[in-house]
Amino acid sequence: MSRDLILDKLRRNAAGGQSRAEREKAVAKRIRSASRGVLPAQPRAATARVTQFMEKAEAAQATTVMTTRTGVAEAIADWLRAHNLPAEIRTGKDERLKALLGGKAGNLILRQGPSDGTDTTGVSHAECGVCETGTLIVLSGADNPTTLNFLPQNHIVVLRRSDILAHYEDIWPRLRTAYGKGQMPRTVNMITGPSRSADIEQTLLLGAHGPVRLHIVIVRD
Amino acid sequence: MEITTPQFKQNVTGALADRQLQRALSHVRGNFVGKRAAAAAALPEFEALRDEARNIKNHVLENLDIYLETFEKNVTRQGGKVHWAATASEARGHILDICRKVGARSATKGKSMISEEIGLNAFLEESGIRPVETDLGEYIIQLRGERPSHIIAPAVHVNADQVREDFRRVHTHLPPERPLEEPESLLAEARAILRDQFLSSDVGITGANFLVAETGTSVIVTNEGNGDLTQILPRVHIVIASLEKIVPTLEDMSQILRVLARSATGQEMSVYTTLSSGPKRKGDPDGPDEFHVVLLDNGRSDMIGTEFQDMLRCIRCGACMNHCPVYQAVGGHAYGWVYPGPMGSVLTPQFIGVEKGGNLPNASTFCGRCEEVCPMRIPLPKMMRHWREKEFERHLSPPAHRRNLKAWAWLAKRPGLYRLFTRLAARGLWVLGGAKRRTGFLPMAGAWTRHRDMPTPEGGTFLAQWKAGRHRTGQGTGGAS
Repeated sequence: MSRDLILDKLRRNAAGGQSRAEREKAVAKRIRSASRGVLPAQPRAATARVTQFMEKAEAAQATTVMTTRTGVAEAIADWLRAHNLPAEIRTGKDERLKALLGGKAGNLILRQGPSDGTDTTGVSHAECGVCETGTLIVLSGADNPTTLNFLPQNHIVVLRRSDILAHYEDIWPRLRTAYGKGQMPRTVNMITGPSRSADIEQTLLLGAHGPVRLHIVIVRD
Repeated sequence: MEITTPQFKQNVTGALADRQLQRALSHVRGNFVGKRAAAAAALPEFEALRDEARNIKNHVLENLDIYLETFEKNVTRQGGKVHWAATASEARGHILDICRKVGARSATKGKSMISEEIGLNAFLEESGIRPVETDLGEYIIQLRGERPSHIIAPAVHVNADQVREDFRRVHTHLPPERPLEEPESLLAEARAILRDQFLSSDVGITGANFLVAETGTSVIVTNEGNGDLTQILPRVHIVIASLEKIVPTLEDMSQILRVLARSATGQEMSVYTTLSSGPKRKGDPDGPDEFHVVLLDNGRSDMIGTEFQDMLRCIRCGACMNHCPVYQAVGGHAYGWVYPGPMGSVLTPQFIGVEKGGNLPNASTFCGRCEEVCPMRIPLPKMMRHWREKEFERHLSPPAHRRNLKAWAWLAKRPGLYRLFTRLAARGLWVLGGAKRRTGFLPMAGAWTRHRDMPTPEGGTFLAQWKAGRHRTGQGTGGAS
């Protein structure tokens, strides 16, 4: 009832003179074309993009490290040790992580499944990163609980070097290819640095409700 | 909800004399303005992106009916449900129904100005459901029984010592002698208390920065991560959003994201931009079982096709209030309802009526800074002028105000007389100013001179100086105007 009331009013008041059919065509075209608008200039070379990604992520108070496929477990263990954190991590059942950590986890204790808030460190695998602002894209799914990104005090994200993209607009065609047009994972998290608040006298404090630390492990591939 | 907008003048007098408030407001001037300027300057495409953002929203507003239908179709396809609300009370009703159906006792909340607009917290409390604000700023003002004084920094009017007192007063289960001197300890205390609330909540309510028509996705932009914990932990996620939050595609959202954080806090990107589409999927280990979007109109459809349509481009970044000399001087509560600053001065008369809200569009010097920094290029001063015209047409402005305007119009239409009058006024002020060249006494303007001196004219009127040819040498610019 309210639905029809609102839509009727909008229909009457909207768009000077154009017919409904013309407007429907314009809307369908806009959604189909998914035009990219103004894209801020980014470095052309892949290496320069990676460097910029790391710089931007660090400017947002994340830390980064680059390693090889066989060095991921050690990189994680090193970082935990450096911050005096227990050598325990929680991950989803993500195959990519399993391939990188499986067997070679050394003295790391691995736990699997969603977090209930008692874990110190969660580890996720990113779908991609964007060098524009050092932003990580993490998707939810059967093997990727969203709680891992928010409940543990520390969040480690593994990102393949070749998945570092130039613009946010480069993310969406990937999702359309993977999930189908108009389809989405339940949750897409775009993450730029660790959680923070400036609500008390505009003073920046890290670790408001989400993780206090965000560490990005970039894997050469 | 209590509306004190009609008492704007008294509110302002109180705000100017409030030392705690004045101390807190210095953070607005010191922080937001410089950070926004630096962020804008660091992105060469910033101005082009503002144009693009404006064009996207204009296109949406011209086709809002079709986009809303598309959005609804796609939410449904993803397994969610859209609830339409023509009025605030209808929106509250939808939310209560959803809460009752799952037997909710409490609801955690992400930051939402629409929730303030519909007075959701008081209503839920009356209905036996405890609303828990989880944004740190919102949590602080909920403890204080206040309303946000800023749309992105709700507790900007509060100082750390006040927060400390509030925490000691309310968190009585904690040892009274615990140290709370460092801001970090205040944050840690709030984090621990709210963590329990997140984990035990039945329903999570968030706002939305964008609704993506293409995919039926709702998007929130936050720094704390509270919105995310609000929506992934409880069984039910309710999004409360107004109609104009629609963008056509994920690409369009990306364009506007680039101007949003830069204009708001001066960040290049907020920490968490989260896209939610429907309830959790088969096999998902976490996420809500139900996903609801309550779409609020509350008078917005009446703005489409009018001189106020451009206002619906607003993305609630807060840049206009951060840069407003009036907001900087009096803060947000003086505006007397939900939305403060220049955007509030345009929206408030629309929502509560110009007879109650007409004070606000008058409280502007039309300095134009709000329009200059608005990422969506909303002509805010022009719209405030529209409200002034409406107020005048409907004979709502005070009699003295109308008399003075009429007298001025009468004078301005008689050039000879006007010149004589301004010449005499300039001379008179010059005498009053004396050697100091300023005066603290002006007939009929005592309220103005109570807070500052009036600089007095140094030479003749502008016209007289122009005639004398002094403009060629660039001298004598101090005429009365």
